[in-house]
Amino acid sequence: MQLFPCPFCGPRDEREFHFAGEIGKTRPDTTGEVSAEDWARYLNTQRNEKGRVREVWMHLTCSELFVMERDSVTMEVLSSTPLREDVE
Amino acid sequence: MARRYSAWSLFREGLRGHKGWGPAWRSPEPKKRYDVIVIGGGGHGLATAYYLAKNHGITNVAVLEKGWLGGGNTGRNTTVIRSNYFYPESVALYDLSLRLYEGLSKDLNYNVMFSQRGVTNLCHSEPEMEMAARLVNAMRLNGTDAELLDADQLRKFIPALNIRPDARLPIHGAVLQPRGGTGRHDAVAWGYARAADAAGVDIIQNCEVLDFITEGGRCVGVSTSRGDIRADRIGAAVAGHSSVLAEKAGVGLPITSYALQAFVSEPLKPVLDTVLISPVTGTYVSQSDKGGLVIGGGLDRVPSYGQRGNLPVQETVMAGLTEMLPILSKVKLLRHWAGIVDVTPDSSPILGPSALEGLYFNCGWGTGGFKAIPAGGYLFAHILATGAHHDISRPFGADRFTTGRLIDEGAASGIAH
Amino acid sequence: MTSHRITQGGLIDRSRPLRFSFDGKTYQGYEGDTLVSALLANGVRIMGRSFKYHRPRGPWGAWVDDPNAVFNVTLGGVEFPNCPGATTMLRDGMVTRSVNAFPSASFDLKGGLDLLHRWLGAGFYYKTFIWPDWHLFEPMIRRMAGLGAVSAEVIEGYASDQMHDRCEVLIVGGGAAGLAAARAAAESGRDVVLVEDHDQAGGRLYQLDSVEGQTPQDWVADQLAAIEAAGGRVMTRTTAFGVFDHRMVGLAQQGPFGYAPRLWRMRADRIVLASGAIDRPVTFANNDRPGVMSLDGACEWLARYGVLAGRNIAVLSNNSFAAPAARMLAEAGAEVTEIDPTTGPIRALGSKRLKGIEVAGKRHPADTILVSGGMTPLVHLWRHAGGKLDWDERTQAFLPGAAPEGMAAIGAANGTFDLDQALTEARAVARDEPRPDRAGDYRVKPLWPEPGSKGRQWIDFQHDVTLKDVELAARENYVSVEHLKRYTTLGMAQDQGKTSNMAGLAAMAAIQGRPIPEVGTTTFRPPFVPQPIALYSGPHAGQLYHPLKRLALEPLHRAADAALGEYGGWLRPGWYGSGDPAGHVRAEVIKARETAGILDASPLGKVEVMGPDAESFVNFIYYNTIKTLKPGHIRYGFMLTERGNVMDDGVIARLGPNRFVISCSSSHTDHVRAHLEAWRQDGNDPDRIFIHDLTQQWSTLTVTGPKARDIVAALDMPLDLSADAFPHMTLRETTLNGTPVRVARVSFTGDLSFEISIRSSRAADLWQALCAAGESVGAGPIGIEALSVLRAEKGFIIIGKDTEGETMPHDLGFGIPRQKKQAAFVGDRSLHMEVANRDDRRQLVGFRVDPGAPPLPTGAHLIGDGDTPRSEGYVTSSYDSPTLGHPIALGLLERGADRIGERVAVWHLGQRSSATVCAPCFFDPEGERLNA
Repeated sequence: MQLFPCPFCGPRDEREFHFAGEIGKTRPDTTGEVSAEDWARYLNTQRNEKGRVREVWMHLTCSELFVMERDSVTMEVLSSTPLREDVE
Repeated sequence: MARRYSAWSLFREGLRGHKGWGPAWRSPEPKKRYDVIVIGGGGHGLATAYYLAKNHGITNVAVLEKGWLGGGNTGRNTTVIRSNYFYPESVALYDLSLRLYEGLSKDLNYNVMFSQRGVTNLCHSEPEMEMAARLVNAMRLNGTDAELLDADQLRKFIPALNIRPDARLPIHGAVLQPRGGTGRHDAVAWGYARAADAAGVDIIQNCEVLDFITEGGRCVGVSTSRGDIRADRIGAAVAGHSSVLAEKAGVGLPITSYALQAFVSEPLKPVLDTVLISPVTGTYVSQSDKGGLVIGGGLDRVPSYGQRGNLPVQETVMAGLTEMLPILSKVKLLRHWAGIVDVTPDSSPILGPSALEGLYFNCGWGTGGFKAIPAGGYLFAHILATGAHHDISRPFGADRFTTGRLIDEGAASGIAH
Repeated sequence: MTSHRITQGGLIDRSRPLRFSFDGKTYQGYEGDTLVSALLANGVRIMGRSFKYHRPRGPWGAWVDDPNAVFNVTLGGVEFPNCPGATTMLRDGMVTRSVNAFPSASFDLKGGLDLLHRWLGAGFYYKTFIWPDWHLFEPMIRRMAGLGAVSAEVIEGYASDQMHDRCEVLIVGGGAAGLAAARAAAESGRDVVLVEDHDQAGGRLYQLDSVEGQTPQDWVADQLAAIEAAGGRVMTRTTAFGVFDHRMVGLAQQGPFGYAPRLWRMRADRIVLASGAIDRPVTFANNDRPGVMSLDGACEWLARYGVLAGRNIAVLSNNSFAAPAARMLAEAGAEVTEIDPTTGPIRALGSKRLKGIEVAGKRHPADTILVSGGMTPLVHLWRHAGGKLDWDERTQAFLPGAAPEGMAAIGAANGTFDLDQALTEARAVARDEPRPDRAGDYRVKPLWPEPGSKGRQWIDFQHDVTLKDVELAARENYVSVEHLKRYTTLGMAQDQGKTSNMAGLAAMAAIQGRPIPEVGTTTFRPPFVPQPIALYSGPHAGQLYHPLKRLALEPLHRAADAALGEYGGWLRPGWYGSGDPAGHVRAEVIKARETAGILDASPLGKVEVMGPDAESFVNFIYYNTIKTLKPGHIRYGFMLTERGNVMDDGVIARLGPNRFVISCSSSHTDHVRAHLEAWRQDGNDPDRIFIHDLTQQWSTLTVTGPKARDIVAALDMPLDLSADAFPHMTLRETTLNGTPVRVARVSFTGDLSFEISIRSSRAADLWQALCAAGESVGAGPIGIEALSVLRAEKGFIIIGKDTEGETMPHDLGFGIPRQKKQAAFVGDRSLHMEVANRDDRRQLVGFRVDPGAPPLPTGAHLIGDGDTPRSEGYVTSSYDSPTLGHPIALGLLERGADRIGERVAVWHLGQRSSATVCAPCFFDPEGERLNA
């Protein structure tokens, strides 16, 4: 059982969390033209790195989104930051 | 040339201490150049090499395996073989696989122990029975076998089922695919390896692909831990590491890696004679010929490349198991492990060319790659030999993510993929 | 044979005799015995049969390293399969049976299989049974395989407690090193937990005369007292079975036999592995005959249980532990001969009963051969945690190398086999001081299987794997250590290779002429020893498996004879009244259409969205345009996924300029809430939008039917209910007896409906008031099944039933926002992907059948008229409508919207019928009753 650090609630059981996606995806402005390829890239492409990853997670019990940096092989958690404070 | 396997040859060899058996496959040094390189010596890669030789006469083929052949998900899965899918595209693919499995032991001259004991998907409510009817009808219309069992039939078929009326998940019936079953996973890899080797394919173990060699925007070879190797076409079948390899080629894939866990119990006398799945709990179980219960469940919820198990998923899977078959709560587990699977947005595989010319992918099988090994190899061989899709593989090209023509079985039938 | 129990010594309680039986014969043991020690004490040697050849077998080891003595044990009328006899503590009244043997272990009818062994070697089944068909042979193979049978009984209450705990230092193993480390750590102020899998700590110390000047018993007692005095905790009969992510150790704490162990999830800052080492077998001809046992095991049987393994013992050892062991056995009364195994070929003599041993042609009579091939550290948990192993020439063993973070190994687990050094090392590690060098007096000569040796040299005892099998695997190029394991099944028995792996990989190394470390080890996987499934499933059984959500009014529904069932994760009334569900449902439908039905709709989602940006937010979340919705008004709409597929439907009400209430499907509420939160925080200013899910706080009661207004009017609410003042699709906030209520005029039945929401603590009063008012006009409660019929008559869909994962809103007849909505919304671009424009999309339609025909089966497919039937869609909802007096159905059909009036063929389980496509609305298409 992993412990994930919710920036608001502290370390909690991994089962309280939902993987929301990799960081760094920006929704195309759909009020203008968006090509099928760009839209498909937005919907589908994953970096899926082996090793250090930066991801958006939701702590389901408090509903807050945050950015967690972790190692996808060792499962070591490297940092967690509230999404609104994420600068990278 | 490998010696033919038969009851007679086994009998004769038994009399002389089995001294006459040769290697099941050679351990050749890699050549500098092949017609086709297949990266990945798992089931799909080995089957691809076999069908390149058998169906297309292409024998100047190398299979490059980072570790030991069959050591990825082929050697870690729960050995279920089935084609109980909803959409015609899926049934065409997985039933091709099932049909190839039906003749595989004879075709390869290697007993892969395909045991057609049926795959039984439980229904726990009347709405689920309605969905089950929808699935059974779809399967039959798509040309595969399926039966709808009611609760009474099911109780006779599986006496150990939890039939308490106050069960949290009462049992209303099931979808049975009689032709489904289990196979001996290692034997599938070994059988394909032996047959491919006999046809002249070089299977090169402990050979890691480090990079791709490109010329004029085209992939013409690979650099490996055992030197550069060139080929006209290069196919990758490296489930669990597809994204890592694709990244080396500068290609993006719509894949997320997750651990899928599995469990095996101590050996028991026969207690279950089918593959039993509860789509609601995600837990499934069959009994191996050796007597161990082979148990699996849903994917982990945390993306991962860590090939090991963890307790939260194990608890969920075991709770689902004992809800389904409460007599098993006193049975002991021997071993708990995990494999890394490629999960695509629609949980269907990706077959076909990549964005880099000359490089082709067979990936994205999610939790169901083992059952697809013969078809995956058959179709990938077709693609590598002809440079074009087979009719059955065409819907599974990566272009479907741009057109939106996904093949999302989970959304259609509620059947765990 | 006479008793092998010596008169004194050991940890057993001779004043408490226990009776038990084995294979039908009754024996006596003592409190503190294991099943194996008690049987050995009674002179029983044959305790089981091997997996494949049914060879007779006795125990090998005294604890977790025994792969041989496996029993089905019955106590208190409950049978447990495959209990390891070496670690199962004896209880009075145990009935034990050998497994995989009939009628008994000592006389097994299948023993003759051994004669065929030359044809049943490694992987024989891959080479045969191909013709004519595997299925012809498989049932026989399956019957032959397997050990114990699992009985059909369900054990009530066999469930594991689940505990969570943490500590600073977890010490795994309560032998000398573990005890010393635990004491030192506890006394330096650490929060220490020591786990020990025996019921008495002390490891192998009881084999010694003294420890640091004390008797072993006194020394162990002193350490335990000191640990506890310093605040440490000691858990005996507790196995650390796995190390998992984030340094969590799984502990299984045994209770009395027949009870599921307790699971502890122990999270430790630091793990000190003091799990000891096991003695490994020596590979020689017939080395698995009953009576060939582990030297260390025999010493444990003597020291802990007062059992002398044999009278005339040959000790075969390559290491320096043999001499003290032989002395100890001799002092207990055995005749002991020490034999050097490195002088030449070795062979055990005798069959069911040992007669002696032959070494380099010289015979030594013996009734027992005790074997010690050197110590193998138990490094399983080290490997679970990702620690490395290094091959050590001096000890001829894999020892802990580079450590995983927060983990250290001490004592025999670390290859520190000498007691004094282990104690020094343990204390140093516990105090974070530099650890001393491992080197000590322990000496071992390399002694590994020799390829080409004659006779049957067993490597995996339980699984019948011999040296010849390893040679065959090598000959066939199954040379990777994993191929070797999988091809021969070496290391896959219940001990998971504890006794066999070293010999197996050493044999492969010798065959290939490679060093042992180059062959490497297979992966160590949890659990360290087999654990019952109940350990993991814990309390998540029965009604506690994904517990259902319960209604505030459940007691009132029960009082009204509701048939409660699961609907979308809630326990809800399906209908009211016992017997003949269909009749009740039908009556409730008719009641709702003729007078009114009263429905507990509380599970309906009630998610409030508020804040300055709430309007633009819901406008973005919904497919439909919401920003034009006026306060007090309600609109029906869809939420889509970003792929454009319908995720949920429902109504949204606007309470004020900056306040909305979203009603989502009851089973989708959690999902919708997370969906809203994700968009709120990612892409919006979360300080200007707030989301509250009040589903559980508010109960909702719906009154639907032509008399609904009369019933609601009976409530003491200051509200004008007339159609002009309170039209369809509007909402009013008011009070009921002073309690705030929300009344919505929305309908999921097609009839005049009022949905009244009130805080759950006051819902009972409202329910009773509605039922009382309803009774006077012939109205009453209806369940969810009647609602399903009512909504289908009107053509209202249920997401997930009448839609599939690919359904887009324009498939359901809602195409306008796709064409016209200017603002961005979730899924918008996907509605113009190629797939969205396909002309063969499956669209929502209704079906009628010919007069007198039965209802269409739900799940039936619509098929084209080509030669081979092809599915063009399917029936998603089908009922025999009580209101209309004929069957109705909804479904999804390719190009359905263009095919109204067309006859289609229906296919269900091979049966064909036909139906006519119609618009998906059968009741009051003009909406007169809705707007009444």
